[in-house]
Amino acid sequence: MNDMPPETFRDEELLADVICRLIGDVRHIAVGAASPIPATAALLARERGNLRNLGRPYVSLLGSRQHTFFTDGSRELFDCAGQGRIDVFFLSGGQIDGAGNINLVSVGDYDKPKVRFPGSFGSAYLYYVVPKVILFRVEHSRRTLVQKVDFISAPGTSPENIFRPGGPIALITNRCLFDFDRERRRFRLASVHPGHSVAEVIENTGFDFDRPVDVPTTPTPSADTLRLMRSVVAPMLAEVYPQFAKTVFGASSSRPPQGDG
Amino acid sequence: MAIIARTLDEAIAPIADGCMLAVPRESSGVAMAATRALIRRGVKRLHLVALPASTLQADLLIGGGCIATLETSAVSLGEFGPAPRFTAAILAGTIRMLDATCPALHAQFQASEKGVPFMPLRGLIGSDVLAHRPDWKVFDNPFGNNDPIVLLPALKPDVALFHAPLADRAGNIFVGIQRELIALAHAAQKTVVTVEKIHDGDLLSDPLLAAGTLPGFYVEAVAVEPRGAWPLPLPDHYAIDAAHLAEYARLAATSEGFADYLQRYVYERHAA
Repeated sequence: MNDMPPETFRDEELLADVICRLIGDVRHIAVGAASPIPATAALLARERGNLRNLGRPYVSLLGSRQHTFFTDGSRELFDCAGQGRIDVFFLSGGQIDGAGNINLVSVGDYDKPKVRFPGSFGSAYLYYVVPKVILFRVEHSRRTLVQKVDFISAPGTSPENIFRPGGPIALITNRCLFDFDRERRRFRLASVHPGHSVAEVIENTGFDFDRPVDVPTTPTPSADTLRLMRSVVAPMLAEVYPQFAKTVFGASSSRPPQGDG
Repeated sequence: MAIIARTLDEAIAPIADGCMLAVPRESSGVAMAATRALIRRGVKRLHLVALPASTLQADLLIGGGCIATLETSAVSLGEFGPAPRFTAAILAGTIRMLDATCPALHAQFQASEKGVPFMPLRGLIGSDVLAHRPDWKVFDNPFGNNDPIVLLPALKPDVALFHAPLADRAGNIFVGIQRELIALAHAAQKTVVTVEKIHDGDLLSDPLLAAGTLPGFYVEAVAVEPRGAWPLPLPDHYAIDAAHLAEYARLAATSEGFADYLQRYVYERHAA
């Protein structure tokens, strides 16, 4: 158990709290591979729903045995998404650009790359069909947030005639939160996290973005939220993300993990 | 009719040099003992298809020099970091990579299951995943009005290989809810399975078990390999061996370290 007092919190806890607000009141949140902070937020949203006896949201954590209800193999997630039965999903990128394009493949020429990432996973499909896609990239730098990605695993927006009920709604980093404006095909700075500044965000962002005259500070997680995260969510998280749960929350699971995929 | 092979090497005999081999994701049941046996046998030029992604298995086969073509949507070691031999091979250009996206692979296997030539899929248009796949086509939905959609060709692997909890003597395989294993077997010409143990009785006679059972009709060969997914997990049976994965990630970071790993855990057969 994390013994941090509620007035102090870790970056991961702040980001999970922000993501939980972005999720809103929905029926089904799915979380993909390598997404421990979104998984924290999704389980937090489910706990809050439980506390209010809402019976929602449903949460599907990829790689979990306990926190998923799928019985038709790994294709069920995608079939569900194709039908509009998944409301929220999370994607990241080795590079993310100002038009919301994400790159999970490589840096440099695709045929002779300088850097290779694991691959696109389900992004080249889910980004199009899930209504609320929340982008997350903890490292906020000119290396990760670029003018133009080297490889488009999935584009931020699509022409009118392309079937596209889904797409990005926001991008969260260790420094700030951006909203995505689908009409303008650009990000807009929504808030800067405590201890960070607008100047620092501009300095470390490789793409142009819109911003209001006064940029608010990201609200910090409440004591109640921190308590839920640390005492209820963290042990659940440990099934799929044992290293993360241990490092961030000092939590461990009594059940075996099921790996990623 | 499936045979219960006397040895693991006998069971994996259908996996010939140059064949298209289909394998599942880490959390479904990966035949790691069989993978090590393939490396020991020196299998070459495989076209490996991982449905829909892979971890240690693909990395080990790449490092072992067994892969000519890799077709999947991602390879990493999950919480243990990047897959070092995969990354090195891509940067050195020593394997041919067919980058996919998870639901595309599922759709391509479904096409094969149905015996149809292709399956349509949403998404993809405007991505560089599609741009680098000349074998995938954009077509105008014949039932729509100016509605482009991607068509993906059926994937018909020569052999599917996975690990499951139980087989009976007729070669029926209990996979539980890991239903992508059933899709793999339906799509492949031949299926080779390793199992934890033999079930005395008929898996198809109990309706509860039958609901999660692949009929032996689809199965070429079965070998009994207790802890055959090690060091990867077998759902509901055992967890990933985290210490081993961390050791692998450390050793495989260099080609010398990887050779050391192969010597210790693959060639000297006392691993699991």
